[in-house]
Amino acid sequence: MIKNIKYLAVLALGLVACEPEFDNPIEESATITSGEADFSNYVALGNSLTAGFADGALYITGQENSFPNILSKQLALVGGGEFTQPLMADNAGGFSNDPVTFPTRFVLAFDAEGNPGPARYTGAAPSTDFTVNLGSSFNNMGVPGAKSYHLAAPGYGNAAGVAVGLANPYFARFASSPDATVIADAIAQNPTFFSLWIGNNDILGYATSGGVGEDHNVTNNLDPTTYGGDDITNNNVFASVYNDLIGALTANGAKGVVLNLPDVTSLPFFTTVPNNALVLDEATAASLTGFFQAVVGIVTAQVAGTGAPLAQAQALASQYAFTFNAGPNRFLIKTEVTTTNPLGVRQMTEEELLLLTIDQAALAQGYGSVVLTPEVLQVLGILQAGGTPTAEQGALVIAAISGIEDADALDAQELMAISTARDSFNATIAGLAAANELAFYDVASDLAQAANGGIPFDGGVITSQFVTGGGFSLDGVHPTPRAHALVTNGIISAIQDTYGANIPTVNPGEFGTVTLSNEVN
Amino acid sequence: MKKLLSLVLFITMTSVIYAGGYRVSVQGQRAIAMGHTGVAVVNSAELVFFNPAGLVYLENKLNVSVGASGIFTDVIYQNEEFGTSFETDNSVGTPLNLYASYKVNDWMSVGLGVYTPYGSEVTWPTDWSGSHLVNNIDLAAIFVQPTVSFKLSDHFSIGGGPIYVTGSVNFNRNLNRTLSDIDGNRANVTIDDSGVNNWGWTIGAMFNPVENLRVGFNYRSEIILEAEGGDATFTNVPNSPAVPFANGSTNFNAELPLPAELTVGLSYEYKKWLFAFDYNRQYWDVYESLDIDFTNTPTGPDSVNPRNYKNSSVYRFGLQYQATEKITLRAGYYRDETPVQPGFFAPETPRNDSDGFSGGLSFAVTPKLAIDASFFYLRFDEVDASYDSYLENGQSVPFGGTYKSSAFAPGLGLTYKM
Repeated sequence: MIKNIKYLAVLALGLVACEPEFDNPIEESATITSGEADFSNYVALGNSLTAGFADGALYITGQENSFPNILSKQLALVGGGEFTQPLMADNAGGFSNDPVTFPTRFVLAFDAEGNPGPARYTGAAPSTDFTVNLGSSFNNMGVPGAKSYHLAAPGYGNAAGVAVGLANPYFARFASSPDATVIADAIAQNPTFFSLWIGNNDILGYATSGGVGEDHNVTNNLDPTTYGGDDITNNNVFASVYNDLIGALTANGAKGVVLNLPDVTSLPFFTTVPNNALVLDEATAASLTGFFQAVVGIVTAQVAGTGAPLAQAQALASQYAFTFNAGPNRFLIKTEVTTTNPLGVRQMTEEELLLLTIDQAALAQGYGSVVLTPEVLQVLGILQAGGTPTAEQGALVIAAISGIEDADALDAQELMAISTARDSFNATIAGLAAANELAFYDVASDLAQAANGGIPFDGGVITSQFVTGGGFSLDGVHPTPRAHALVTNGIISAIQDTYGANIPTVNPGEFGTVTLSNEVN
Repeated sequence: MKKLLSLVLFITMTSVIYAGGYRVSVQGQRAIAMGHTGVAVVNSAELVFFNPAGLVYLENKLNVSVGASGIFTDVIYQNEEFGTSFETDNSVGTPLNLYASYKVNDWMSVGLGVYTPYGSEVTWPTDWSGSHLVNNIDLAAIFVQPTVSFKLSDHFSIGGGPIYVTGSVNFNRNLNRTLSDIDGNRANVTIDDSGVNNWGWTIGAMFNPVENLRVGFNYRSEIILEAEGGDATFTNVPNSPAVPFANGSTNFNAELPLPAELTVGLSYEYKKWLFAFDYNRQYWDVYESLDIDFTNTPTGPDSVNPRNYKNSSVYRFGLQYQATEKITLRAGYYRDETPVQPGFFAPETPRNDSDGFSGGLSFAVTPKLAIDASFFYLRFDEVDASYDSYLENGQSVPFGGTYKSSAFAPGLGLTYKM
């Protein structure tokens, strides 16, 4: 019997010895290292980009594919610990207690003709209740919608304040108390390593509202508690807030990575509808040109009728002699009514942008140029026949001009306000990163690359093209999982440069892009 | 008897390992112990498989050999660039063999063999990074071979017979690298078919030029398993007209070749020693591509997976020593060359060149009955390899990394002669 046991032992030993083993297993690799950084407790701070918000909503798989979560899996190879997230209750997105303000996510649906387009998912209703607090803080402290100063704003997570616009429902789910701040809840976790990507919404709200908000670099309002959601944060306010955030995060010696702010105007939200999408055939172009010759005549008569010299009236009216050609033409846009532009309309310039949310059906009906009703055509007929329309008829023609509303476009002045703020914010971020010896990832230049030729991966090229480019989810603003993978790799590269770490990257090709579904009613 | 046979069939059905492409060299306990040599070894009814021509030289009227091995296989994978590592979780294969021969008269013997020379069982973690190529595969083929052997002289014999094959396959993989349903569950397909039957044949010759020296030749024909109308089940496919498949079952057609194998070898007996050498040539070039056609889609194969295997060789050496009246010791070594060419290393048959080490013994309980024990250990080199023929939007997306495999198989059998 003893003999048999010996044999069994030899057999067992043989089995164990036969397990295959690599010469250099990744788990024991000497070259994969954390360098000077300690990743044992990584906390991510930021906004929707950090939270994994995509397709116009926050939902579980978006959170799982957030760059902090992807990064945490790679950091696990170099001493990183568990990474927790305030996961939503479902993959539909939205909040059950306010599905109007916070609807379900977009999915890519196909209509009867096979044309793809984003549509709100209706396969399930939102089941997340933002008044239910999850009872703990999380490694991912990303709060969709947060601006820089919100991270330090007490009460930002007070569920009672959500309905009146004083608080954020996403933070309400995991704020440690109604008057907690995001930064204090983050610091309380004693992070050894952090990521901070904040400031996008300090500009984005202004941009996505078509620049209807205030630019506080113009107002010089330094009190962010008075700011509206669509405003641009004052440069000095941003610098001060950012400095405080970095100071708090590094106070206990934690290392971290900060990301700068990409050019929001290269997002598909602003580049998908071109400003010259007024595509005309020759006859329509000629008739529109003729229409505005009529406008010039009417305006000349009106101005001359007020007693101005004819030459002056003609000169003023000539700005409306818009000419149209067969093919694409730039839309007309509304502008301020002034004595020099009494109709308050002009043609868009090359760099000006239209928003993704513009009513495309209205554009097809003449929004952005002229809405030609039978009555208007009748007046034009009178003009062509050499007749003189009445003042009422003239007003009818002028009223047919349908310039793009300010809220549907970013004009040159608004674009300037956006780029001025961004340049200042980015200078602040880069400066504070250098001063605090933090890793700095210039994500802005990668996004510029995506918008300008694309970023190659093993299955093709990732671009900023809406729906098909692979970089942006169906809201045209937030990245896809594949783009989150790119951001992860950019962060890893920055960490390696700054802290001498060596961390394996991820393969963007293994991450998805937009989600297909025809469950959209 | 019928019940017993179906039991045997059932056990062999579930008993497969990957090896040599999907060739599994476990066709006899005595042969395994000697590096799986046997084309020129006259020893037991295992000859039904190794060389039917030799059956007629067996001394006894009736010879029966049954045996089974427990096969433990393991494959590990890692990719240093992405820091990923995975290990297969294969179940233990238990292939069974059953051989019998009966000497009808001095110049003719008949025999029957049931054995499983092809099979593969690889189970990767579901949704691992190569899941667009394979999540798991279970492939089995049972060969049933009646045989007749003729002694033309004391120096020369021939033998052969038809082979009936019944095969089964179960294969799951994700549809591509990213497609998932609304909840992020990866879209995948399982193809499953059994009772895929076909016929082949084997023929052998044995030449004994001088006493103690035998030379053997054996050829087993190629057999193509044609699965027609098997079940294909799609799961987690998003509800969208943009995807050509819908959740649920449809049918599939596919072909899998079991390649021809040529063996030549010799054995030499010297006092209590026997030395054997076998050379196998396996005609894997028939395995050009694994094409799967789902029958609910209008035209052509839907999944084309180039394999481009090349013909490969195995060199086998075996040694036997009659230690005592009752105990016979055996040992062997073989070098198994892979049929897989660079750039075609698919994780469903993660197979590179290997060295096989084997040993075993027979213990004669009575003059008629012996217990045979064997083991072999297949040692693979660590290999950096990739599969480059996976296409995404017409662009090749290689899947590669470092692989290392091993296989270990202890076995037991009985030999009865009368």
